[in-house]
Amino acid sequence: MAGNVLIVAEQRKGQFRKAAYEVATAGRKIADDLGAEVTALVFGKDISAMAAELNAYGVDKILVSENDLFDNYAPEGFVKVILETIGNLNPEVVLFGATSQGKDLAPRVASKLGVGLASDCTGLRVENGKLIAKRPVYAGKAFIELAFKANPQIATLRPKAFTAEVKEKGKAAPVEKVSVSVDASEIKTTVKEFQETGGGKIELTEADIIVSGGRGMKGPENFKMLEELADLLGAAVGASRAAVDAGWRPHSDQVGQTGKTVSPNLYIAVGISGAIQHLAGMGSSKVIVAINKDPEAPIFQKADYGIVADLFDIVPALIEEVKKLKN
Amino acid sequence: MKIVVCMKQVPDTETKVRIGSDGKTIDPTDVNYVVNPYDEYAIEEALRIKEATGEGEVTILTLGPDRAINAIRTALAMGADRAIHLKTDDTYLDSHAVATALANELKNMEYDLVLTGKQAVDDDAAQIGPRVAALLDIPCATIVTKLTIENGTFTANREVEGGVEVVEGALPAMITAQKGLNEPRYASLKGIMMAKRKPVEEKEPQLDEAKVEILKMEYPPERKGGRIVGKDVDAVPELVRLLHEEAKVI
Repeated sequence: MAGNVLIVAEQRKGQFRKAAYEVATAGRKIADDLGAEVTALVFGKDISAMAAELNAYGVDKILVSENDLFDNYAPEGFVKVILETIGNLNPEVVLFGATSQGKDLAPRVASKLGVGLASDCTGLRVENGKLIAKRPVYAGKAFIELAFKANPQIATLRPKAFTAEVKEKGKAAPVEKVSVSVDASEIKTTVKEFQETGGGKIELTEADIIVSGGRGMKGPENFKMLEELADLLGAAVGASRAAVDAGWRPHSDQVGQTGKTVSPNLYIAVGISGAIQHLAGMGSSKVIVAINKDPEAPIFQKADYGIVADLFDIVPALIEEVKKLKN
Repeated sequence: MKIVVCMKQVPDTETKVRIGSDGKTIDPTDVNYVVNPYDEYAIEEALRIKEATGEGEVTILTLGPDRAINAIRTALAMGADRAIHLKTDDTYLDSHAVATALANELKNMEYDLVLTGKQAVDDDAAQIGPRVAALLDIPCATIVTKLTIENGTFTANREVEGGVEVVEGALPAMITAQKGLNEPRYASLKGIMMAKRKPVEEKEPQLDEAKVEILKMEYPPERKGGRIVGKDVDAVPELVRLLHEEAKVI
């Protein structure tokens, strides 16, 4: 009898998080190795139609838990539905994205079941029918491989550490409504409001390209040229701790050990020296470019390409050159 | 108000990590241990809440080996009133085991609020807050950058993708602290002296076994420096060409 892999696919305002597609693909691969089926679980309000998008990622079945209360994250409600679903499916593996929601939700589920959880994984594989999870520790200065003592084996996957792959199958996965009811009295933390960060900023943890500024930027007004470069590249703008502590950029823009961990295809570090704690946050970027006038800056030891020069000369030139490339 | 802060002692973030002889944990030689930075925000928030209401008690709850007493003393020096040190030498505990130890102790305590950092900077698991809350069946808000306590309820700002999620719930509750929640104070000399006289209760933890097992620890793949493309603006066209044609990232 085929086993089961359950994936919890996060959506917000009718759109799946990029991480949801990554988790679906990872779940598909694990299921193939286990000889199992993939069931996706989606929470929200009026999401049956959009949930069908997961078809493209090789899932075998889609469960939608629809509830007006689920228009926002409703922790105890989500946990209740997940536990009931796990009770029915008996999955060997349960996967979540390691987004803010996934990192809040997965430990609650694991706790209720009394099982282990591998968080923020950068790798998954199957060995002798068991899940082995790889994850960073000490801010990525080391990695550990974990095995689980019991089912379900639960993991949250670091955004962009896994690639989403479209994998159309013969027939569409059936979409089924979950019948677990949840009422307002069961929700202990309610969302009162959501304050959007201004103007369609690309989320750092989802960005393919990041342009990041550090102490060398000398002041907040100088970030304008990084924003211009980022706009041209379709990039997000990040900052080092020095720039954030100086009050030039908000903490939500900070990349590093006490900020965000990012894995873009391209990370351009401008006026950033490359302290260990900063490298912890961007060291897994596919390509790193460093622009710094200090030839001894540690960042050059990790950068794939570097220019040792004054960023105030280089960045405007880079903007012009990228404009040329686009034309 | 009775506030409990779950605090962990961890290697400081400057630590050069060397894998130990067991191949699964780090070599503790020459490691400098400190209060987990994210727990500092939790301790500071507890002290501010106590100071704002003019009364109450802040208890530090720590699971750890003998050396954890140093971190406990730091927390007491910041201004916490007392501490409970659950003593263990086990280096293979996972989040499940730790959460059961903390929750079982909390079940014997009176508390209005439990605070802890969003994650420990050694294992980076970020599980304790939500796990303990689930075991105690209390509300939980994670990655909090602003907290208000009023009339037995909390309002918390959570730093999430795309913005801030403002949540509310009733006390007693668990809150995990994110950087930006406050600016932690340094212990004063007076605080350090007074800390020596504050009670630290040593106890056996009641904990479950670990549910994940570390198979091995390894270093990340070596990321070697690449090339310096140039030292002035003339290097820019070449850089863009390389990124477009060689690296293919733009």
